[in-house]
Amino acid sequence: MLAKRIIPCLDVAEGRVVKGVQFLGLRDAGDPVEVARRYDAEGADELTFLDISASHEGRETMLHVVERVADQVFIPLTVGGGIRTLDDVRRMLNAGADKVSINTAAVSNPDFVRAASDKVGSQCIVVAIDAKRVSAPGEPLRWEIFTHGGRKPTGLDAIEWAQKMVAYGAGELLVTSMDRDGTRIGFDLELMRTIGESVEVPTIASGGVGNLDHLNDGILKGKADAVLAASIFHFGEFTVHQAKEHMALAGIEVRL
Amino acid sequence: MSTAKISNVVVVDYGMGNLRSVAKALEHVAPEGVSVRVSGCPNELAAADRIVFPGQGAARDCMAELRQRGLHDALLDAARSKPFLGICMGMQVLMTHSEENDGTPCLDMFPGEVRFFGHDLHDATGERLKIPHMGWNRVQQTRPHPIWEGIEDGERFYFVHSYHVMPTESNLTLATTEYGLSFVSAIARANVAAVQFHPEKSAEAGLRLLANFLHWMP
Repeated sequence: MLAKRIIPCLDVAEGRVVKGVQFLGLRDAGDPVEVARRYDAEGADELTFLDISASHEGRETMLHVVERVADQVFIPLTVGGGIRTLDDVRRMLNAGADKVSINTAAVSNPDFVRAASDKVGSQCIVVAIDAKRVSAPGEPLRWEIFTHGGRKPTGLDAIEWAQKMVAYGAGELLVTSMDRDGTRIGFDLELMRTIGESVEVPTIASGGVGNLDHLNDGILKGKADAVLAASIFHFGEFTVHQAKEHMALAGIEVRL
Repeated sequence: MSTAKISNVVVVDYGMGNLRSVAKALEHVAPEGVSVRVSGCPNELAAADRIVFPGQGAARDCMAELRQRGLHDALLDAARSKPFLGICMGMQVLMTHSEENDGTPCLDMFPGEVRFFGHDLHDATGERLKIPHMGWNRVQQTRPHPIWEGIEDGERFYFVHSYHVMPTESNLTLATTEYGLSFVSAIARANVAAVQFHPEKSAEAGLRLLANFLHWMP
């Protein structure tokens, strides 16, 4: 049986892994290659790098980070953040990424997703869906796509958008609840399940993981094919291996 | 001490996807004296001691690129004469025909079809299965082979594909994998082995398989 995947996510700025610390802002959390090797050794099924560099130089540095990681870590790598042109896609894949994650550029220009998947194949194209609940309590559930870290509404219905992105060639969807991101109270399971059941491609649940039960919920209740988490792994609370053992105990098929 | 012969591994470049990972993984496990190069030149394929034939994307584009770059015959020659490893699309196009892109004639090195998994795929418990088949799945070895050396039967490898091969001759099959149906995930005959999964992305087990291929003396 196909295993459900655990994907640690690393935020990278100016070539270093960073992590947000409450009230303190971003803290340096090490060399991306070292962190990637550690997650690989712990049994991570894939890795996702999110480039949050503010500068052009930072994004150039990201290419070298991807090269260095891909030379030493032999599991699938996804890179997101600032992927806006076919040239960005090609350069990241040539540097050793297996997939790129497209977010804002998909919203501002959906045809970019189509062009990118035509060019490199849909297996290389992940579309990141950042959604917020917009239905009032008691109303049927509805989510809307937001950009700019959840600050900017787009008017797009999240479910319709997800289906459109798959029709345009997304090979996988990374679904993040902007209501839950950073809260550590668990995924928005209704969002995950609704999107997961409305598309044919695999979905990755993201946003809100605070403990290992949340990962299990994402798979069992959210029907996700993979779960992505950052902080529970970065701060050394849990290893990826512990997370997988916890999933296995709940009857979830994992690669141990 | 005698001078070790430099063995030359060529990863076939025909513009279909990123070959860096395959080359880096081979370099990572290559014994001393083995050189790994990425090349799309028919002469270099002819001069190589071993061939790795990766690939991703669509079958039609794949076949078109092979013809356009004059690699079609060089590849068939290589597959007749030296250790040869096909990976993913590099396995599928070894068959006669693929149903991808409304039907694509392939290299016909082995008789058989390449089929789509189907839009209505379910596992034994009735759970709906996603397409593409993406992630780590078990590879059940159906017979012994040098590329399995040190790899447990049922070991997990990383897959990403929507089509699978159906060889006409069942003795070609080297492994099967379950995904709604039991499909052929590895084949081998004489000096050719081919796998549907990505050994270059399958951590320790994948590296072991690549190392085994480099040591294989068919």
